[in-house]
Amino acid sequence: MTLSVQVSHVQGSFSMDARFECGAGVTALFGRSGAGKTTLINAIAGLVRPDSGRIALDDTVLFDSTLRVDVRAHRRRFGYVFQEGRLFPHFTVRQNLAYAHWFDRSLYSAHDFAHVIELLGIGHLLLRRPAQLSGGEKQRVAIGRALLAKPRLLLLDEPLASLDAQRKGEILRYLRLLRDETRIPMVYVSHAVEEVLELADHVVLVASGHVVASGPVEEVMGRPDLGTESGVFEGGTVIEARVLGYDAADGLAELGFDGGTLTVGNVDAQVGESVRVRIRAREVSLALEQPQRISIQNVLHGVVATVDDAQGSSVNVEITVGTVRLRSRITRRAVRQLALAPGMSVYALIKAVSLDRHAVSV
Amino acid sequence: MMLLSREEMDLVLLSAKVALWSVIISLPFGLVAAHLLARREFWGKSVFDALVHLPLVLPPVVVGYALLMLFGRQGALGVLLNDWFGISVAFRWSGAAIASAVMSFPLMVRAMRLSMEAIDPKLEAAAQTLGAGRLGVLLTITLPLALPGILTGMLLAFARSLGEFGATITFVSNIPGETQTLPLAIYALWQTPGGEAAAQRLCVLSLVLSLAALLLSEALVRRANRRIRG
Repeated sequence: MTLSVQVSHVQGSFSMDARFECGAGVTALFGRSGAGKTTLINAIAGLVRPDSGRIALDDTVLFDSTLRVDVRAHRRRFGYVFQEGRLFPHFTVRQNLAYAHWFDRSLYSAHDFAHVIELLGIGHLLLRRPAQLSGGEKQRVAIGRALLAKPRLLLLDEPLASLDAQRKGEILRYLRLLRDETRIPMVYVSHAVEEVLELADHVVLVASGHVVASGPVEEVMGRPDLGTESGVFEGGTVIEARVLGYDAADGLAELGFDGGTLTVGNVDAQVGESVRVRIRAREVSLALEQPQRISIQNVLHGVVATVDDAQGSSVNVEITVGTVRLRSRITRRAVRQLALAPGMSVYALIKAVSLDRHAVSV
Repeated sequence: MMLLSREEMDLVLLSAKVALWSVIISLPFGLVAAHLLARREFWGKSVFDALVHLPLVLPPVVVGYALLMLFGRQGALGVLLNDWFGISVAFRWSGAAIASAVMSFPLMVRAMRLSMEAIDPKLEAAAQTLGAGRLGVLLTITLPLALPGILTGMLLAFARSLGEFGATITFVSNIPGETQTLPLAIYALWQTPGGEAAAQRLCVLSLVLSLAALLLSEALVRRANRRIRG
């Protein structure tokens, strides 16, 4: 599956000119609020008509300004989960879930219906009205409603934004389940790094109406040059790791990756499960010799790959640790004092307390 | 003892029949006009809006005269109705219903339009993403959610029709048993020496009817709102 999007759109003083492609799995449209993420996803859904451009899913052209093609939203079969749920207040939960079915009787069977209800745990809510649901329940019903429209692609516009922290975790769990079980490709709009790291395979970074970067999560979320572009995350490294074990007494977890082990604060995952660790570049220190008698728990041995020559007081250094490119941000003076150059053997130091639960995504 | 005399009962029934038909006639037009004004952008919308509101500001006599020109035996629509359906509305109760429908139209559209504008367009967009086309959205989202406003519009129009006077008397005259609704009967009695007492009874009757219609409207809207908001 390939979704290719090219959209030019002017709305008041905001102008958008974005182009990206994405495949199966979860694609995050990531950027700060006002960057144009929602306009972009609405154009994909057919709720906003771009001034010009082309939107296609595989061979199906949904919008093409030169060919004058514009498939109406209700014929695109893209499910859409909105930030505020948007359940229909005059229908019960069951009627909300069945809504798409009224327009296409062939969409799903009783079995599918039962499966979605079970997947989202909303069986006990069927007879209620949306006004009688909590925020998290509403969002689960909204997800179920979109799923039962049998979408070719599922669009989600900050579905967690209006929820409190506990509900966020709850819905994230369901979204992960959905990703792993249904295999429906998803486009997920968000401005929260944690959500992106937890769900996405592919990131499209959007800033003031333009696509700044697009690629695998580990690649885009680690690029130090994009910190200021996105305004929401600073450069660093995203590492895929596996939970090796727990030290219950000290409340620490041991993670293994291609290049060594990491000791981090407690993680919300089973032993053997894979997690993503985000290490901020400025939290990685460098030493030329293995330090002794030091409080820092993570000492990784590697080789300097690049030292960038950007202006300013700080410098980005990339170190190869196993198969991972670890980024470190240190002062220009430190680079000079250590005479760092590509090919040198170094030790990267990372405090375990800087790798708290926000840095580790399940 | 009967509260109302035979003649008064007939008057009430005729007035109710005229008002009811006036609502039935104007409802489809009212819904379309309200939806156009609430949800569509089109060229000449402000002119259309003004036209809808015209009966509210025009002297009723002028409306009645215009109807006479249009629906009279020589009028364009009058000839059409006569040729196609064999219906003649001039000096008939059906003409009174048309006059009331035109005069109450702005009130009806206003209430319906306000309730349609109050519906979050995001709900309609959500319905589209679930496979509902324009008609589907209208029937499953817009109309059900606008129901309280639609009921209000209908009952306001009904109450307004009960009191219609100027356009009716100009268009279909004041014929007892055919076009003489309550207000016209009150007027006729007032013109008759010794008719004041009977006129006063009708005034009270008219007050009671209008009040009942308004209270009923309130009750219905409250019920519809409960149903919608859950």
